[in-house]
Amino acid sequence: MEGLVSSMEHILDVKDLTMDFGGLRAVDSVDLYVDKKEIVALIGPNGAGKTTFFNCITGIYNPSKGDIKAITHSGAAARLNGLKPNRVTERGLARTFQNIRLFQNMTVLENVMIGKHCRMKAKVLGALLRDRRTRAEELKAANESYEILEKIGLAKFSDEIASNLPYGAQRKLEIARAMATEPSLLLLDEPAAGMNPQETRELTDLIRQIRDNEDISILLIEHDMKLVMNLSERIYVMDHGQKIAEGTPVDIRNNPEVIKAYLGEDIDA
Amino acid sequence: MEYMIKSLKVAVWFMFLTFPIVVIKVNTIENIVIWRWHNMFYMGVGIFFVSMLWRYFLERKDRVGKKSAAERINITQTIMENPKILRTLIISVLTILCIFPFVTDSYQINIMTVALMYIVLGLGLNIVVGLAGLLDLGFVAFYAVGAYTYALLNYHFGLSFWVVLPIGALMATIFGILLGFPVLRLRGDYLAIVTLGFGEIIRLVLENWNEFSMGPSGIANIDRPTIYGFDMTLTQATIFIYFLMVVFTVFTVFFVNRLQNSRIGRAWLALREDEIACQAMGVGRTRTKLMAFALGATWAGLMGVVFAAKTTFINPASFTFLESAIILSVVVLGGMGSIPGVIIGALIMILLPEYLRAFSEYRMLVFGGAMVVMMVFRPQGLISNYRRKYSFHSADGRFGK
Repeated sequence: MEGLVSSMEHILDVKDLTMDFGGLRAVDSVDLYVDKKEIVALIGPNGAGKTTFFNCITGIYNPSKGDIKAITHSGAAARLNGLKPNRVTERGLARTFQNIRLFQNMTVLENVMIGKHCRMKAKVLGALLRDRRTRAEELKAANESYEILEKIGLAKFSDEIASNLPYGAQRKLEIARAMATEPSLLLLDEPAAGMNPQETRELTDLIRQIRDNEDISILLIEHDMKLVMNLSERIYVMDHGQKIAEGTPVDIRNNPEVIKAYLGEDIDA
Repeated sequence: MEYMIKSLKVAVWFMFLTFPIVVIKVNTIENIVIWRWHNMFYMGVGIFFVSMLWRYFLERKDRVGKKSAAERINITQTIMENPKILRTLIISVLTILCIFPFVTDSYQINIMTVALMYIVLGLGLNIVVGLAGLLDLGFVAFYAVGAYTYALLNYHFGLSFWVVLPIGALMATIFGILLGFPVLRLRGDYLAIVTLGFGEIIRLVLENWNEFSMGPSGIANIDRPTIYGFDMTLTQATIFIYFLMVVFTVFTVFFVNRLQNSRIGRAWLALREDEIACQAMGVGRTRTKLMAFALGATWAGLMGVVFAAKTTFINPASFTFLESAIILSVVVLGGMGSIPGVIIGALIMILLPEYLRAFSEYRMLVFGGAMVVMMVFRPQGLISNYRRKYSFHSADGRFGK
């Protein structure tokens, strides 16, 4: 199937990705691609290597083997292997974290403005002189950040310290912060973890809106099957570091391998 | 009632613990033991009341702590955000600073100059510790680099203060980057240990490399700063350096304030809060950390040059770990990341011991005690850092400060 589509059209194209920690193979030659404006889910039991896979793509780990290619922010193709996380973000991949990692003591707006950091240029001298360009840039960043907060529905919290937000809002703020980096692909690591059904429904709508309105592709890790089946166009399933299945939600639901991975070999067990 | 019993227990326990030192006194000449029971009584009563007070304040802190802390932040914030009050405050402080040398003697001027130097040093370290969250225990090394740069260049080549000022700053910056590189991966305790070691290395090199730095005997007869070769009397020079420091302080406050509300300042704060998330959001760790180290070191270097020019004599004994500790306490006591906090912290740390000479023997004791009390009751410092707020008119999303 992958052979049919030219690799240039994939916004993210991962080939044969392997990650070893000493003797442990956490990710074992996984292939994966995401197309433009597509929502793709990566699922699998706990410890299947999904987050490790994310960390490899976003530069937190340097993969032992394999190729990660992406269409960058500027529209050119680039290889992401071995790049530092901030370089990967500059090239248009932004992520959220499974365990919320906000800048706790900064305001909500500042959190989002950090995301704008890599799209700004001000240097020390600019900060000292505060010339017209620096001021204009700051103003633009603040305004754009506020607009993102309005879209996500957090504008009323903009002056609040991040740690004072309710849990669901903190999860949304992570998404807002990632969006501020102007990504072409958004990687969401369990965005619905710990949310109640109402919040999950809102999140589903939000993710779909982001894809439709912002021209952003989405790759997400999630355990909430309802969200995954509702939202995603294609699903990859991982178990023990290996990709065991891929396909549409319907395919995955009926795939015996997947059922085995989630429920075990024997029905009795 | 429960507090009384607990305090009583504490008092008894302390009486027991201090028994050997405060009660027993051995007279080795006449071979008799003197039992000073009254000391034990004083100790007991003293500890009992201290313990009661401690408990009372702890309880009060728990009860109203959150509310009053929020109120206190609001007071600072109102001052900082109301341009009228802020301007009046700044102008009055500057006026006092300008009149100060003409109404007091040179002793007072000297003390004030030292206090101003510590404000600048504190603000420099504040960039590294307060904003970027990198605990640096070897800050005095950069101070030494600046001081020795001036002393040596002046001694060998007769270069003047104004020529060396930028050179000293540059040297310190280079050393800041040199230290920054190997410690990029370290955080917290490990970073503190390495920087502490770095500080000691610089001091030991200066102490032992006689051919280079003239060892422990130091360098004397360093030139005071001059204006166009105009010779000044000692008093005039003192006043001149004082005003130089006022200018430096104003510039530093201005610079650090702008810095912390800029793109770079925000990146430092984010780095302090969460390094991994910060990188994932596109902030380069290497660059940001090095910048913090380099800029912090620059201020220390500048102050080093001023210090050498002010005292006209330097030796390695001026650059011990204690000095680093004092600068760090200025930052921690005042409030990490807060400019008014650091200023107040420096004034307290430098002026109080000067004016309370009578208690100089207990200086370190009071110091330690004050630190412990601070950490329990106001861990965020005297004046805590507050975050700037942006106001939006949500209709069009334009913002004004």
